[in-house]
Amino acid sequence: MNGPADLRLGRRKRADLFFRVLAAASAALVLLSLLLILGTILWKSIPALSFSMLTKTPQGGFYLGKEGGILNAIAGSLYLAVGATALAFLLSLPLALYLNLYKGKGSKTAAWTRFFLDVLWGVPSIVYGAFGFIIMLALGLRASLLAGILTVALLEFPILCRAIDEVMRLVPRELKEASDSLGATRFETAFKVFVRQTAPGILTGVLLAFGRGIGDAASVLFTAGFTDRVPTSLADPAATLPLAIFFQLGTPFPEVQQRAYASAAVLTLIILLISLAGRAMSRKATRHVVK
Amino acid sequence: MNGQTPISIRNLSVFYGDLQVLKDVSLDIPANRITVIIGPSGCGKTTLLKSLNRLLDDTEGVRIRGQVVLDGEDIYAPRTEVTRIRKKMGLLSQRPQVLPMSIYENVAYGPRIHGLRARRDLDRRVEHYLQVAGLWDEVKDRLREPASVLSVGQQQRLCLARGLAVEPEIILGDEPTSALDPQSSQNVERRLAELKRDYTVVVVTHILRQARRVADYLAFLYLGELVEHGPAADVFAAPRDPRTRAYLTGEIS
Amino acid sequence: MRLLKDALARRAMGLVAALPALLVLLIVAGLFLKSKAILAVEPLSKLLFSSAWHPLKGEFGLLPFITGTVWVTVTALVLAVPVSILAAIYLSEYAPRWVREGAKPVVDLLAGLPSVVYGVWGVILVVPFVGNVLAPLAGVHSSGYSILAGGIVLAIMTFPTIIHVTLEVFASVPQALRDASLSLGATRWETTRHVVLRKGAQGILAASVLGFSRAFGETMAVLMVVGNVPAVPRSLFDAGYPLPALIANNYGEMMSVPSYDAALMTAALVLTLIVLFFNVLARRILVRVERRVR
Repeated sequence: MNGPADLRLGRRKRADLFFRVLAAASAALVLLSLLLILGTILWKSIPALSFSMLTKTPQGGFYLGKEGGILNAIAGSLYLAVGATALAFLLSLPLALYLNLYKGKGSKTAAWTRFFLDVLWGVPSIVYGAFGFIIMLALGLRASLLAGILTVALLEFPILCRAIDEVMRLVPRELKEASDSLGATRFETAFKVFVRQTAPGILTGVLLAFGRGIGDAASVLFTAGFTDRVPTSLADPAATLPLAIFFQLGTPFPEVQQRAYASAAVLTLIILLISLAGRAMSRKATRHVVK
Repeated sequence: MNGQTPISIRNLSVFYGDLQVLKDVSLDIPANRITVIIGPSGCGKTTLLKSLNRLLDDTEGVRIRGQVVLDGEDIYAPRTEVTRIRKKMGLLSQRPQVLPMSIYENVAYGPRIHGLRARRDLDRRVEHYLQVAGLWDEVKDRLREPASVLSVGQQQRLCLARGLAVEPEIILGDEPTSALDPQSSQNVERRLAELKRDYTVVVVTHILRQARRVADYLAFLYLGELVEHGPAADVFAAPRDPRTRAYLTGEIS
Repeated sequence: MRLLKDALARRAMGLVAALPALLVLLIVAGLFLKSKAILAVEPLSKLLFSSAWHPLKGEFGLLPFITGTVWVTVTALVLAVPVSILAAIYLSEYAPRWVREGAKPVVDLLAGLPSVVYGVWGVILVVPFVGNVLAPLAGVHSSGYSILAGGIVLAIMTFPTIIHVTLEVFASVPQALRDASLSLGATRWETTRHVVLRKGAQGILAASVLGFSRAFGETMAVLMVVGNVPAVPRSLFDAGYPLPALIANNYGEMMSVPSYDAALMTAALVLTLIVLFFNVLARRILVRVERRVR
């Protein structure tokens, strides 16, 4: 080969290598940032992590560095996320079924509904918080577990609904038609075929929404209230983990701040567990679903 | 035959994971002829074609054993420069793949990458190969329009011009007419027949009649195995292998 | 009986289908009604473009908060967009399959971490880093609680959104098109730059806009590291006070000061409208891209 062409080829190959390395470094940066976050939180939390933290509610002077744990927040968060996810599920499942069974592929209604779901999905959680607060006042509720559940359910609804919708869209048309042609009404088709077929995927969506719900702080800031006790009824105010972390970090006492780190570690572990469970589910989903 | 073999395939085996798609294929491709590879779909025709310009390397889980010798150089040797190999071959795919740019830029893309910068040289080259591809008269007034406005048949000829513009020695066609209407197909076939004066052409097809129309040299692949090959007239007239005979008479497809 | 059940189910589901649109409407209407009290007495332009924030004197200029939000968001995007797109290029064009598959849970997890966890991390690591390392390097003094700290934390939070959408856009570019470019003798990078990026340009734009609208409304993580000083920031090392943080911080006391409530609701309304605008924009582009691919 002649000289200039070789020279040029060399330059082109160096450019290729340069961008390859740059792109790989960027990907590594993303990966590292996750490791750094998890590592920092866990490392910082070690001094304050203890078993009693999980089993005790805050005692007198807890926020000054005295005895106690964050059971109130753990329980509050779990109640709240379970309630909100259940409520969101009750709204999402019928809507996703409706979009996939009653509406054909080119349906305008379905396209618009999905569009509005996406819009809702983009609404910041602080706005849900403010909106929840307005609703709460309108209904004459106080800041309580119930008000928190309602607000977080609104937040989870678009996430869950889109997740279920996505799995259901993957169900082959033939399956639906086969069931229809056997004389089943659409209602039966819906439950017998669709729900069973997509169950693992639906569950993954539920876990995703649950994780979002349990980790969100801005939406419960005004609606769920905060208390040192474990709530015993829907009308009680409820503490939540994210807010407990936020408040503990806001105190001037190092001991309490360390507990904030530990609480953050607990929340992170919960999220990790949920995400692992979700992955296990979706792996199962791809194995059992008829393609 | 003039005795030259620009591409010589030697004991080539290709695996997708555990699946062996090509089994020990050896084939010398004659220069300045149209070599047609026929066989039922899924028997490794496209794989064989793609192995010639190393497009398979990028596919995940592919293992390749054996040699492909191009102008005396093993293209799978570690030191071989892959972009140089590919520059020597123009590829026509099943559906025309126009690049997301103007008609002009589609043809100029290759030469530009390989260092042709001067405006006049580029203009001349674009016009020349659009003419060779039989497209110039149809597009000369709208070279700046996006290539996607062309009909599918025109797009395929644009792809031909684009492939020729890097001045390759060999033209590879992967069922190049399968997405085209009969008239456009005929047009492309006629181009290929003209091009064999200057190029070596390798075409994959599962359309037997097309093979009869254009082939000078014929290779029959069946389940990854090269069953039979030879001058097209001989193979069509008197296939030696019973499987070739069965395929040519339409008993297997 | 079966038919009746079917008819009932259909009717009920039809009602549920109207829910998303209704909710969007309700949220906007609710916020608007609540902000009417102040919109009636103060001109909107004064609310949006005045930087005088003295709630006790009845002055509610939102400018410092709007600029604060814009600064933090833009900083985040300047950091996040190039990194995310390059990471997506690596994962989609260069990386072997096991890396690509392995990266997915990482991106998902990054998206799933609660914002308060990001905030805690920011306080532990990013704020001191900005205060003790970056600020001295830039020759300024900063507590670390700053626009830059907020931008860094927010950038990491927007990685998953942008990467996810960009990867989908790249996946929609047919492999045969890449092959066409490669078979002309183009390198991977040339193919990526001239073919994949060009083909996916609109989708990447949409991904970035989506990242923007996500970042714009983020509350807790930013609130915890950005300093919350109600003044228009002058540099990256200054503290800022974004809109969401304003709402979150002041909700408790708002009942006692008249029209404070309405001012905060106006802030929420402005925030919502901006986010919705960009969100709708991004979705529109994506729908167009999807239609073109098919």
